[in-house]
Amino acid sequence: MSDPSTEQTLAGARETRPSMPAPAPEPPRDRPLRDRILDVAALYPESRSAIIPALRLAQEEHGWLPEEAFDEVADALELTPGYCKAVASFYDMFRLQPVGRHEVCVCTSLACTLVGAADTLRAFEHELGVEAGGSTEDGLFTLRTVECYGGCGWGPVVAIDERYHEPLPANEVVPLIERLRSEAGG
Amino acid sequence: MSDRILLDFEGDRREIADYEAAGGYESLKRALKMEATDIVGMVDKSGLRGRGGAGFPTGRKASFLPSDRKPAYLCVNADESEPCTFKDREIMLRNPHALIEGIVTMSFAIGATSAFIYIRGEYRTEFEVLMRAAEQARARGYIGRNVLGSGYDATIVIHRGAGAYICGEETALLSSLEGERGQPRSKPPFPAVAGLYASPTLVNNVETIATVPFIIEKGGEWYAEIGTERSKGTRVFSLAGNVKRPGNYELPLTRTLRDLIEGEGGGVPDGRTLKAIIPGGSSTPVLLPDQIDTGLDYESIAAAGSMAGSGSVTIVDDRTCIVQLALRTAEFYVHESCGKCTPCREGTRWGQEILRRIEMGEARQDELDLLLNVCDRILGNCLCPLGDAMAMPVAAFVTRFRDEFQRHIDEGGCPFVETSPFSSYYHHDHAGVPG
Ligand SMILES: Cc1cc2nc3c(=O)[nH]c(=O)nc-3n(C[C@H](O)[C@H](O)[C@H](O)COP(=O)(O)O)c2cc1C
Ligand code: SF4
Ligand code: FES
Repeated sequence: MSDPSTEQTLAGARETRPSMPAPAPEPPRDRPLRDRILDVAALYPESRSAIIPALRLAQEEHGWLPEEAFDEVADALELTPGYCKAVASFYDMFRLQPVGRHEVCVCTSLACTLVGAADTLRAFEHELGVEAGGSTEDGLFTLRTVECYGGCGWGPVVAIDERYHEPLPANEVVPLIERLRSEAGG
Repeated sequence: MSDRILLDFEGDRREIADYEAAGGYESLKRALKMEATDIVGMVDKSGLRGRGGAGFPTGRKASFLPSDRKPAYLCVNADESEPCTFKDREIMLRNPHALIEGIVTMSFAIGATSAFIYIRGEYRTEFEVLMRAAEQARARGYIGRNVLGSGYDATIVIHRGAGAYICGEETALLSSLEGERGQPRSKPPFPAVAGLYASPTLVNNVETIATVPFIIEKGGEWYAEIGTERSKGTRVFSLAGNVKRPGNYELPLTRTLRDLIEGEGGGVPDGRTLKAIIPGGSSTPVLLPDQIDTGLDYESIAAAGSMAGSGSVTIVDDRTCIVQLALRTAEFYVHESCGKCTPCREGTRWGQEILRRIEMGEARQDELDLLLNVCDRILGNCLCPLGDAMAMPVAAFVTRFRDEFQRHIDEGGCPFVETSPFSSYYHHDHAGVPG
């Protein structure tokens, strides 16, 4: 499906993209969530400023943000759960529903779509058997479309569990999914 | 001599030793011995203008902060979410210490109590790069109590957002950083007077701040020599779309779109021709191929009928349907509208619906002018510039490619459905599933 001119663009992108460092190790979760939230809150002049990092810590703990998470964040920061939920719902990265083990975010903004992101999206839909917004029945994948992720020159950009794969043309989707499936203990 | 300043090297200088070996942090040592007002004066003399979008003179903005009111804050805008823009990410990945050095310098110059870097939540790896760079800088005494014996205490908090384009707008950024939903506030008061926690606050883009150490090192006059009469220095341009070598390219502001697109980017790949140029991020009005000799400076792009914006240049080849491009642009701003004001909340959605009808071949003839009318009613009537950011490019697509919109209406559908890369997004029967 890919056009020879798009192939040239992808080859150019592979040359110009800077090298990325290895992911930092996951921070330890050896202390209670509340204590870790208080540590972050101490960095700010006013603790309410820590609501985003606090919600993120809670989301990492639960995999998403159940009611209980809002209670925990509210308690630690001396806010109300309703307030925390209202703030969380404003931001795209907070999950108000459970998601699959791997979250696949396909950028379909302008620059990525100019170089084939819609085909990459369809390839994910085809391989996973779900439409954008859905999760696979085995609970392994949630597929989403997202707006510009800031990798436009190196598109199509796909982020899996917050790490960028760029460029990711449609023909590289199946091997990537197969790898993730086998790592999940196939 | 190279034309580049900020990215004048191969690879990266993430490790502080590499940065110091190239002369890094010398400029901070010099700045800490200067009078604060002289630092701001030097930046003012350089003619540096904000690289976040609006192009406001950086030295002037810093001079608006009252020097006697404490606390005061510096907020670095690393939200970078305007579609097609990816330059701040490369600066943070390859030259994070230039940003840290610029932050400490400017914090000292405005007497900031603390500095915050508001980085978009999706930039997780870049957040980790900055965290590590700050840790290294702290270990070397460039951040922390009594920096290099100057008596100045420098604090930097790196704050990850959570996915909301509007938080790049400076007052929304402050709302978000205060722990609220990221909605813009009306100005005045401007952040310089009542910003973070109602205290004087300077908000600047990553590229703007990362340029400061070079100006302190070589002088305001040196920087002002580069560029045009009113657009000084270099910019890191994000080049994306249908070019042979997309990527970030730092160029002096004396150069042209052609230098960037053809010289650096290698032009449109074989077999295709240039159809449109979006010269400053998705919110800027489209330019036509015969405008490729336009200068990259703020004034030339404005004279051509668009805006230099965020410095991202997107190339569209002849396969692409302009209606689909306009629709995708509109959908972005609908998704990101915070909902605070009516013309933006309702107008962007209405415009999007008309564009969808045109693309699907459902629109009547009068809806084309209706679309322009909707754009017109958004323009200038919103609390923050996001409404305009939808209305301006959409209106420009319609006026500069009117025949193409007309063909959709006349033919009752999209004439480019077979070739346009957006077709498999909008028309399921054109889904390109690899074999
Ligand atoms: C909707 C909207 C989004 C914006 N996004 C960004 C952004 O991601 N990064 C940025 O530096 N400026 C952004 N800006 C511009 C900021 O409001 C502000 O002008 C800028 O950060 C000031 O820094 P500068 O003077 O160094 O350019 C945005 C503006 C608007 C209206
Ligand atoms: S213009 Fe749009 S984004 Fe800006 S304040 Fe109004 S509704 Fe919110
Ligand atoms: S358009 Fe996809 S990352 Fe920017």
